[in-house]
Amino acid sequence: MNYWHEFVKGIWERNPILVIGIGLCPTLATSSSVSNALWMTLAATFVLVFSNIIISLIKGIVPPHLRIPIFISVIATFVTVVDLTLNAFQPEVYKSLGIFIPLIVVNCIILGRAEEFASKNGLVASTLDGLGMGLGFGLTLTVLAFFREMLGANKLLGLTVIPGFEPSSMMIIAPGAFITLGFMLWGMNAYNSRKKG
Amino acid sequence: MELKVFFMILIGTILINNYVLSQMLGLCPFLGVSKKLDSAVGMGLAVIFVMTLASFFTFIVYKFVLVPFGITFMSTIAFILIIAALVQFVEMVIEKISPVLYNALGIFLPLITTNCAVLGVAVLNLKSGFITAEMGLLKAVVQGFGAGVGFTLALVIMAGIRERLELAPISKNLQGLPINFIIAGLMALAFLGFSGMKI
Repeated sequence: MNYWHEFVKGIWERNPILVIGIGLCPTLATSSSVSNALWMTLAATFVLVFSNIIISLIKGIVPPHLRIPIFISVIATFVTVVDLTLNAFQPEVYKSLGIFIPLIVVNCIILGRAEEFASKNGLVASTLDGLGMGLGFGLTLTVLAFFREMLGANKLLGLTVIPGFEPSSMMIIAPGAFITLGFMLWGMNAYNSRKKG
Repeated sequence: MELKVFFMILIGTILINNYVLSQMLGLCPFLGVSKKLDSAVGMGLAVIFVMTLASFFTFIVYKFVLVPFGITFMSTIAFILIIAALVQFVEMVIEKISPVLYNALGIFLPLITTNCAVLGVAVLNLKSGFITAEMGLLKAVVQGFGAGVGFTLALVIMAGIRERLELAPISKNLQGLPINFIIAGLMALAFLGFSGMKI
């Protein structure tokens, strides 16, 4: 088994958002600013890595027909940990991410990796897979947030980018999210078909 | 007076704060099941049903189990288990009543469990302060129903557009997900018009 490949595949080749097309709700909803995107990445990667670790450890004793409820309970436990920790130490972040912290439970990426990878592979491979997938998710999220925040608020991490530029607040809200991701996917398709052709 | 409150919740969840187009919840089924109008309608009805029931049960469990025992931090785990059980139940009922619909919905029925709109409505019911409000249970159920209707509305419009899009000449790289996202963006822009509504 090639551990390096398990780690890097999540970043481009099997990128959860751009290639598989899952985990879209948090991607669109928390990419309104770069700092939101980074905190969301941290929270989701934490849950992803630890649920992958636990599930790869208990995979031998889980009865097959009960696996989904068990996986979801494991994931929900770690989400509760993140939820309470952020609420206690980063109340500002907790407020701006809002319901998308508890909603990490139903993020298809996490259950998908538990089902597809961690329940079939060993501890080290599952940890690396979780880290790689979390990083792939986070990178896509951050790129999306970069464009949305720059065009929608003319700010990056609280600093003004271009003085005198009038931002369009549409990019911060829902329509901007959909359209930006649409253009990103278009660009990726164009890149892939050019590389093939 | 009371009736007006419920009407406002309904209009608010269906049009102004549409779950899909303005709060960005439930996007996976929104893009996954919107290929055909028939299955979109079926999926929509299943979601309305599950969301209404989920609002009811999560409210009851939160107010009469989690709060008295002082374990409200367990809410996420409790809610997801309630929703998973409900979806299993709905799946069995649909399989008995309409095998055609069951075949059409296929893989997406179990996926309602991981539809974030369903857990979203349960969490939003808590955040709206319905737990302590007067007639809170009814408000929560109305909000759940309205959210389901809003989801169905967006899904059905999307399916209608996509059926017509099959005949349109679209550049190869734009086909599939990219064009769907751009359409969803334009729909969201249209729904933005409702946010100016004063009720």
